[in-house]
Amino acid sequence: MDASRRDLFKIGGKILVLASVGATLEQIVGAEPAPDAYKMADHWWGMIIDIEECIGCGNCVRACSKENKVPDGYFRTWVERYVVEEGKQPQVESPKGAMDGFPPLTREDVKSFFVPKLCNHCADSPCVQVCPVGATFLSPDGVVLVDPNYCLGCRYCVQACPYGCRYLNPGTDTVDKCTLCYHRITQGLTTACCENCPTGARQLVDFKNPKDPVHEFLRKNMVQVLKPYMATQPKVYYKDLDGSVR
Amino acid sequence: MLRTVLVPKAFGEYGHYRPGALETIRQRPIAYAGQQQCVMCHEDEAKERASGKHAKVACEACHGPLAAHAADPVANVPKLPDVANLCRRCHEKDAAKPAGFPQVVTAEHSGGMACNDCHKPHNPHL
Repeated sequence: MDASRRDLFKIGGKILVLASVGATLEQIVGAEPAPDAYKMADHWWGMIIDIEECIGCGNCVRACSKENKVPDGYFRTWVERYVVEEGKQPQVESPKGAMDGFPPLTREDVKSFFVPKLCNHCADSPCVQVCPVGATFLSPDGVVLVDPNYCLGCRYCVQACPYGCRYLNPGTDTVDKCTLCYHRITQGLTTACCENCPTGARQLVDFKNPKDPVHEFLRKNMVQVLKPYMATQPKVYYKDLDGSVR
Repeated sequence: MLRTVLVPKAFGEYGHYRPGALETIRQRPIAYAGQQQCVMCHEDEAKERASGKHAKVACEACHGPLAAHAADPVANVPKLPDVANLCRRCHEKDAAKPAGFPQVVTAEHSGGMACNDCHKPHNPHL
């Protein structure tokens, strides 16, 4: 009986040692992250756009189109070129959403600049309010999304968006829009448009991350949102935005 | 009883919508692998680029979406970019571009030669 008790303790001891070695190894090598390590409550996504850096190359438009398989002639992001002449209405153009850039502008006697546009992922969005079936919503991490399984294609939201960011996908007959590359940002990547912007004019930001450069950006620069009078609380902030931009 | 049949699972957990939609949207495939993936194999090109003016330009900004190539480099061999259009989109002279950005009038600048006859794309300094 004594011998068997001793044996039992020996085996128990060995198991303990092995378990502790295993645990230490796991700590050294690094345990596999849980398949769903992403916590929505830890993020509040948005974007910052530096007008002074945008060169109107259209890389963002092409990247978005390829990443999200956007149908031809429709855009989730696009770039506008403003030509502002004193005493006249501003001229705004966006040939094919700037998919292939812009034809060169040679006039030096007018004010001209590029404005990249996309869904503003408003914190208080009219598109969410008008959806009759709860198919469009603001996610807990601050992204306005469309549930493709529940969208009826009634287009109320297309009309409600003050920024013209939604379209009816002719292939699915449901509404589509910028998802802020939700499938990418939830796995630690940036959006396709930000990834491919050659000048860093647009950057994905997380307002809930205290180390995110957005905090310094907002503190040190003059920033503006589009159509602030609509009270939609947009989360796309523009640096050095001209007053003529709508 | 009818409610359990008609109302989607967990509806209203976060708001007036179906939380399952979040997962559906997250499952979409990616097309652009991202900088870190490219640099893992193409170290030499990354070093060359880091020493030049294109240091902050992502690989796929010029080479296109290559997540498929990153997943299976043998089966998916990428094509070289179309230089004639690629460089022009960023560097063609345009009054609306920021003044400090390097721009040229292509027709005058190269006389029909391809950009990469003189410039190395990863580090464009002559």
